[in-house]
Formats: sequence, C-alpha cells, structure tokens
Amino acid sequence: MEQNSDGSLSQVQHVVLVLSGKGGVGKSTITTELALALRHAGKKVGILDVDLCGPSIPRMLSMGRPDVHQCDSGWVPVYTDAQKSLALMSIGFLLEDPDEAVVWRGPKKTALIGQFVSDVAWGELDVLLVDTPPGTSDEHLAVLENLKKHRVDGAILVTTPQAVSTGDVRREITFCKKTGVRILGIIENMSGFVCPHCSECSNIFSKGGGEELAKLTGSVFLGSVPLDPLLSASIEEGKDFLQSFPDSATFSAISSISQTLLNSLQSD
Amino acid sequence: MWDHDLVTWIYDCPGTQSEQAGKSASCQGCPNQKLCASGAASAPDPAIAEIGAKLSTVQHKILVLSGKGGVGKSTFSAHLAHALASDSTKEVALLDVDICGPSIPRIMGLEGEQVHQSGSGWSPVYVDDNLAVMSIGFLLSSPDDAVIWRGPKKNGMIKQFLRDVDWGELDFLIVDTPPGTSDEHLSVVQYLSSTHVDGAVIITTPQEVSLQDVRKEIRFCRKVKLPIIGVVENMSGFVCPKCKNTSQIFPPTSGGAEQMCADLNLPLLGKVPLDPRIARSCDEGRSFLAEVPDSPAAQAYQRIVQSIRDFCSNSMMEERSTT
Repeated sequence: MEQNSDGSLSQVQHVVLVLSGKGGVGKSTITTELALALRHAGKKVGILDVDLCGPSIPRMLSMGRPDVHQCDSGWVPVYTDAQKSLALMSIGFLLEDPDEAVVWRGPKKTALIGQFVSDVAWGELDVLLVDTPPGTSDEHLAVLENLKKHRVDGAILVTTPQAVSTGDVRREITFCKKTGVRILGIIENMSGFVCPHCSECSNIFSKGGGEELAKLTGSVFLGSVPLDPLLSASIEEGKDFLQSFPDSATFSAISSISQTLLNSLQSD
Repeated sequence: MWDHDLVTWIYDCPGTQSEQAGKSASCQGCPNQKLCASGAASAPDPAIAEIGAKLSTVQHKILVLSGKGGVGKSTFSAHLAHALASDSTKEVALLDVDICGPSIPRIMGLEGEQVHQSGSGWSPVYVDDNLAVMSIGFLLSSPDDAVIWRGPKKNGMIKQFLRDVDWGELDFLIVDTPPGTSDEHLSVVQYLSSTHVDGAVIITTPQEVSLQDVRKEIRFCRKVKLPIIGVVENMSGFVCPKCKNTSQIFPPTSGGAEQMCADLNLPLLGKVPLDPRIARSCDEGRSFLAEVPDSPAAQAYQRIVQSIRDFCSNSMMEERSTT
C-alpha cells in the first residue's frame, strides 16, 4: 500500500525540529510553549520527544505516566485534551519507574528512535515538533535518517545569550548545513531578567548573543524569550503559561515567535 | 499497552560481560544482539589496563556529572580546577569529555589553542604551570566545526584522552561530562575501572524538571558503583543587584536539591546563587573566584571545594587503611 511507505506521518503537514548544541537552554520549554501557542492559534499539534536520557515534556504538559496503547497503524500518542489538538509521544511514558536511568549506548537509542519516528499513529496534524537532546550525535542522526522519506520543513535553534552557549549552537548550525536541514530561525531564551520587586533588568546570562549569532550565520532571528520565574513555575507545574499570563511580556514574545514560525511554514 | 518485549529490552540488558549476553529474552530486537552473542563484546578492552597504568600517577579522580544539560557542569568543573590549583603545590588537570559540546576551552580562556604531540603522547594545554586542560575543542580547526559522531567514535576519543595524554604526576584529575547517561558516561566509568576513582560530584538546578533527570544520574552512579561525593545546587536564587531582594528564578517546587538529598541519603555540598558575573567570567575565560572573591557565589564555591578536598583526603586514608 502506498500510504504505508510514508507511514504514520502521511497526514502530518509540517515537521519542525527543535535543536541546540547546548543542554539546558530551554529546548523542551520552547517546544512546549510553541506547541501550546500553535494550539491556541487553532492548529493540531504533535510533539515527539526523542530525549531518551532526559525526557522533560510529559512533566511540562502535566501528562503523568499514562499507558500507551497500540492500534493497527502503530502506537497511539497521548492527547492532552479531549479535542485531541495536542498529541505527545515520549520515552517518559515507557518508564515504569520515573527515576530509572536509561543507560544506553548509541545503537539502542537509534533503534528506539527509529520506532518512535515510524510507528506512532499521529493522524492528522498541522505541525509536528520534534524535541531533541543536546548535541550532534546518535539521536539527531537517527531522527534525520528516519525522517528521510518525509519532508522536514526545518529546524529551530534555541540558545541562551552567553558565548558559552552560542559557541555550541554554531556547531549545531554546521550540523544542519551538513545534513541539509533548513534553519527556520534562532530563538534566544533566558534573555534578561526583570526583578519582580523593583523592575530592574539583570542580564544574568548576558544578552544579545542569539541575535548576533543569527547575523553572523545569516539566519533568521525569531525573537527572545525573557528569563521569567512565572514561566519556569508554569513549566514545573505543567500549567499552560499562555492561558495563565496572557498579559505578560513573555506571552507576547512566545506568540510572536509562533506566528513568525507559522508564516514561514505556510509560505513554502 | 507497550510491547512487553520492549519494556524487558529497556530494563533487563544482561550486560556484555554476562553469560547471558545476546541470549536473554531482553536481547531480542537489540541491535547489538549478534555482537553480544558472538562473545566478542565480553573480552575486556586492553585499554582499560593501559589506562590503569597511565593514571597510576594521579592521586585523585573526580567526575562531574548531571543528567540535565545546562545546569553548570562545565562552569563548576572549571572553577573546581581553578580553586584546587590555587594551591601552587598541587598539580591539577581538567579533562572535558563532552565531545559534541566542548565548553571548557572557552571557560578556561583557551579558545583557539591546539594540542601538541610529544614523545610521550598528546600534551595538554596549560592555563598555569600546575593547571592542565584537555578537550576535543583543541583538536578542531574552527569554532564552527561540528563533531557529528556516533557513540563508538566518541568512545574512541575518550579512550585516547585517558590513555594517550601526557598527564604526568597529578594530585587531581577532574573529568567534566556531557548531560545524560549514555556512551560517554559508560565509557569513562569503564575505562577508569582499573583505577581508583574518588567519586562523582552531581550538579543540579533547583527545579523538579532538572531534579527528575538528576535522579536518573544518581541511579546510574549506583548501578555502576561510582561513589557520590555530593550534590551541588547551582543557580539557586538570584539577588537583585539593585533592590537586594531574592527571586527564585528556577523555583524549587519539589524542595530542590535539599529534599532530594534527604530522600536519597546524599550529602548536599552547597548551593551556588545565580550571579551574572559568573556567566560573564565564563564567556571571557576568567576565573570568577579570582575576579569577585568576596561574592556570595564565590564563597559558596570555596566551601564546596573544601568539602571535596576533605572527601578526597578521607577517601585516600580509607584506601590506605584497607590495603
């Protein structure tokens, strides 16, 4: 059957990777917030979490540890809502004990990612976001190899402002060029902290590194997201930040990034 | 439901050295099954003994680990190295085994440095007479170079770092690792298995999103019988330089490292607050401890380093009394 060659991604309009050479810059936070923003814009969204050693998305979406079911066309993703507008697949759902370490070398990770990419029955989606672990290694190559048959629209790169982080993201840009992945743009996360007591802005992790990197590499700068304790708290508790704080500066930053992303996906 | 086989496969790998390697139920479907079943994987790598001999002149070995990325492993490793080397009678080396994201060259102010080959191996790059550094960053020709390597190649590099670098006589070797519990971590632990490793320092930030990954790393340490020196909570609160009020930017919603240490019976070595001057010092390749020694963060660092020194001298005494 023709449909099977493209497998479970046949009804997925756009595939976007979220990458960063650096760990802890907010890939999973940005993935989660973009997914929520796209859903608020009326889109059907999926998230595939391929961070095998540190899956964060289930907690960020307050999904607990549901059982994953199988159907004829593969594994059924877990939905956050009755309307099935946000679907998630993560290795976090597989672990019986959440503290268990997944101590795997590359080939085993590659094998599981192969199954994840090809065997999840996503159904109809406007956008599938793929959240990745830091680095340029097994997981990243496995995702790309398994997505070969399907069109990948491109990658969003997340960085924090300091040079120690943008330095690693430069390497990720080279990875994208070598593997032929289009860069949709760069997001600067944890950009400036406004003291809730006196409104003084402190650039805890410096400022402007993401924008500079975009200029240096000729990439689109999608915007900066401030360091916001309300965002960290929402992520911790698995609450929808965009619903809770629609008047915040962080909210407008995230919505504008998601709108820019949507425009660039639809203009192709 | 998930395939039962898949779950077995995740949890019950018998290990390459086991009689059951490649033959147990959990080996079905594993890409390494043939290799394990052939017995080829069970022979110990001769490099392990060579590394044991090479590092017999190193008194203390400390690993810096965290399941989570971006919590400050490299920042901590670099400052631990600086602090230990501030005693000019101690020889200190810092090895960066983060192959895909080497940050140590920049943090130590050594960007653009190259490794030299000498008769006795690769020479590390020296920050001071008594502070040597090795990183894959010194082997790359441009800051844009990506190291797109799968596991086996990364493992080969780590083997070379431990076996072929001319470390000389050392008091302390600090090994900075990438996030996760995968190839790099297994390799470091395996390659160091014929030498005495003092233990691991675990770095976390206060939020549960970070702690949930760090608990996995602790489980990893216990699985591979790596002693844990203690836990450091980094990015622990921020004092506004203008109004002096503290904000919990990364809130400890589940009690932070303190609660985790109490639950898992581990020592909490200390908490380091967020300070914009730390990120700036790292970007500029200078020691924050030397730049702003009176800051609360620098003082927290010094207390943590002292606990690690004490741990190491106790661990040496125990080692001597048992032999």
